[in-house]
Amino acid sequence: MNAKDPELLLEHAPLLQQGMSTPQAMRDVIYSLVPVTLAGIWFFGLSALLVLVVSILGAMLTEWVFSSAENKTESLWDASALVTGLLLGLTLPPGLPLWMAFLGGVVAIGFGKIIWGGLGNNLFNPALVGRAFLLATFPIAMTTWNPVSDVDGFFMVHATNLALPFMHVEPDAMTSATPLGLFKFEQEATPIINLFLGNTSGSLGETSGLLLLLGGLYLWWRRDLDWRIPASILLTVVVFSGILGLFDAERFPTPLFSLFSGGLLLGTIYMATDPVTSPITPKGAWIFGCGIGCLVVLIRVWGGLPEGVMYAILLMNAATPLINRYTQPTVFGRGKERS
Amino acid sequence: MNPLRLFHKSFDHGVHPAHLKEQTCDLPMQRVPFVKEYLMPLGQNLGAPSKSIVQIGQRVRKGELIAEAAAFVSTTLHSPVTGTIKEIGDFRNFDGNFVPAIKIEADIYATQQSDAGNPIEWQSLSIDEFIQEVQNAGIVGMGGAAFPTHVKFAIPEGKKIRYLLINGAECEPYLTNDHRLMIERPEDLLMGAEIVRQKLGAEETVIGVEKNKPEAIAALRQHIKPGDPVRLVPLHVKYPQGAEKMIIKTIFNREVPAGQLPRDVEVNVNNVSTVVAIADYFERGRPLIERIVTVSGPGITYPANLIVPLGTPVRELLRFCGGLTDATQEVIMGGPMMGRPIATLDSPITKGSSGILAFTAAETSRRKEYPCISCGRCVEACPYFLNPARLARLSRARLFDEMVNYNVMDCVECGCCTFACPSAIPIVQLIRTGKDDLRTRKETPA
Ligand code: SF4
Ligand code: SF4
Repeated sequence: MNAKDPELLLEHAPLLQQGMSTPQAMRDVIYSLVPVTLAGIWFFGLSALLVLVVSILGAMLTEWVFSSAENKTESLWDASALVTGLLLGLTLPPGLPLWMAFLGGVVAIGFGKIIWGGLGNNLFNPALVGRAFLLATFPIAMTTWNPVSDVDGFFMVHATNLALPFMHVEPDAMTSATPLGLFKFEQEATPIINLFLGNTSGSLGETSGLLLLLGGLYLWWRRDLDWRIPASILLTVVVFSGILGLFDAERFPTPLFSLFSGGLLLGTIYMATDPVTSPITPKGAWIFGCGIGCLVVLIRVWGGLPEGVMYAILLMNAATPLINRYTQPTVFGRGKERS
Repeated sequence: MNPLRLFHKSFDHGVHPAHLKEQTCDLPMQRVPFVKEYLMPLGQNLGAPSKSIVQIGQRVRKGELIAEAAAFVSTTLHSPVTGTIKEIGDFRNFDGNFVPAIKIEADIYATQQSDAGNPIEWQSLSIDEFIQEVQNAGIVGMGGAAFPTHVKFAIPEGKKIRYLLINGAECEPYLTNDHRLMIERPEDLLMGAEIVRQKLGAEETVIGVEKNKPEAIAALRQHIKPGDPVRLVPLHVKYPQGAEKMIIKTIFNREVPAGQLPRDVEVNVNNVSTVVAIADYFERGRPLIERIVTVSGPGITYPANLIVPLGTPVRELLRFCGGLTDATQEVIMGGPMMGRPIATLDSPITKGSSGILAFTAAETSRRKEYPCISCGRCVEACPYFLNPARLARLSRARLFDEMVNYNVMDCVECGCCTFACPSAIPIVQLIRTGKDDLRTRKETPA
């Protein structure tokens, strides 16, 4: 018998697998964020870089401390903590005291992910949990916006960045309102082209609509993102604010302004689409997106704050298990209509 | 529903594995030489195993009946060779279990030429006689499930078959046995289909072939005469296009209701190899004693499409194909998506063996498993519209009863979900665990 008789494995079918893996999907998110991150640093100078680095450090350190002994390096390799830290950093004002950014990273991973049982079990998007914590605890620092730095100011680090923990901080002399704030409190509309390119004040990574859209396109092309969620959010926002505009064009922002101002694109493309905290069913994704879109417009127009993307997403995160339950697909051959 | 339906006819969901058929799709079928011993398990079909009617030491001719049907959902077995019954007892099946089987020693002096059997006057047979003849021929569904074909032909009172659907989708990667059959024996295929169509009283024969087999489509088209009640439908290439309910959905846009059969939507589906076997029997009087097997995969030295007498040990096939390469880690019976691992190479080719595939570490090593990130890829892959992520989670938590609420029993274990999962969760196995538990508890009420 010359046929080789190896020790045969009995691994079950299917033996084939598509190419995408979860760590790869996480890495894709990071790649897609590179332009946005660079733009943030370009617009807001060295301060922005420091805030990002520190919030990533906070997130990754927490992940490392809390992951089980045998899983220590592995859990860092799946890059999900890096993604969370980076996304959190991108939602922060560039002049934020660094210790706050660090604390935000710790809370994002600790309370956003670890206490739920780790990756895949959390109900809320971890980066937004971190941001919500910071906004609740340090409302002033979290809403003090620095203007876009000029070329000379690139290497300037805001004094507020270096504030010591728990010390009173003198607000930076140079502050400026975000486009949404300007519109809400002073009825002043920022030119769309600035919103599109990103040279306005705001959170680190939310200002350039163009680059965010490019990142989203990349993720869609890589099939890392459920296109239904961004599509339904943006559509709802446009339609809802368009209808409002019909009543009072002065008071309500135009649909285009609504789309490109504030954190809508960043939240839509990167936080709402977090697979863990969004519905698993296709129908659920539509409901989830429409819910976020409505909430965003409601909070922005009638709420006390100029921005509402974060709360909108967190609220719909909470509704996700319910949405999943009621949008189970109709099993093949169990449809009501017998075609 | 799905806007893509406008561009290409297909069922919804499913996955697109690489086709991987290049190794064998252009290789003509070849007959393997006869070997010394053949092993015929009595249970080669779904349903009751056949009942042996031979004694040890008895001489049998090729094509002679050696086991009869034990029930209606059972079928007959015929000797694949001229030789002597050597042993009747329990032998290891490919999955490692012992099953009753008949071992036949081939007569080295016999020519092993098929005795020219007598064609059967099928035109005058009544439907009941026809069904009996199909059972006498030992024919089963040869796409892999091995369900006795004559049972499918028994249409209950009040039901009617309008379409005879011939399934040439062959959606499993690597396999090319149906592909070659369509290219090399199109007349027999059409003949067999015509016999079945007339006997069932169907209006039309519809042949579905995936578009990645243009030669097969061309060969069939060439032999379909204008005016024949035969329609050839090229199908979108997607797994599992060849699943009975999916190909019906694709071609007729009808969903077979859960728990019911194709005949409930007036369709009868047969694999191409099955109808060729029917032609062999009625035209040449040859019962089912051989089948086409694709031997392929990265672990095979010389891949091939082989005409194999039933009962040939897998080891002999591999030897004929130059043996396994050193890197081989696993041998699969069937396709890579739904096939089953072979535990022992001494196990035989049976009526349902469509392929023998050898795989190396690249395919068998599981990727590291990550937690489910609820990405929904499995939900969008499942052609039965189940929620595999949910089922896997419930199975992990051992909440098997809750799985019933999520229609776990509708899962056909096609493997699309596991294929699509980026976290490499063994979803199908978890679902199987749940099903097994539910089944065993049903059988032994507490
Ligand atoms: S194996 Fe079952 S659950 Fe998974 S895709 Fe196939 S039918 Fe759906
Ligand atoms: S494909 Fe895998 S990771 Fe994605 S939802 Fe399904 S089981 Fe979870």
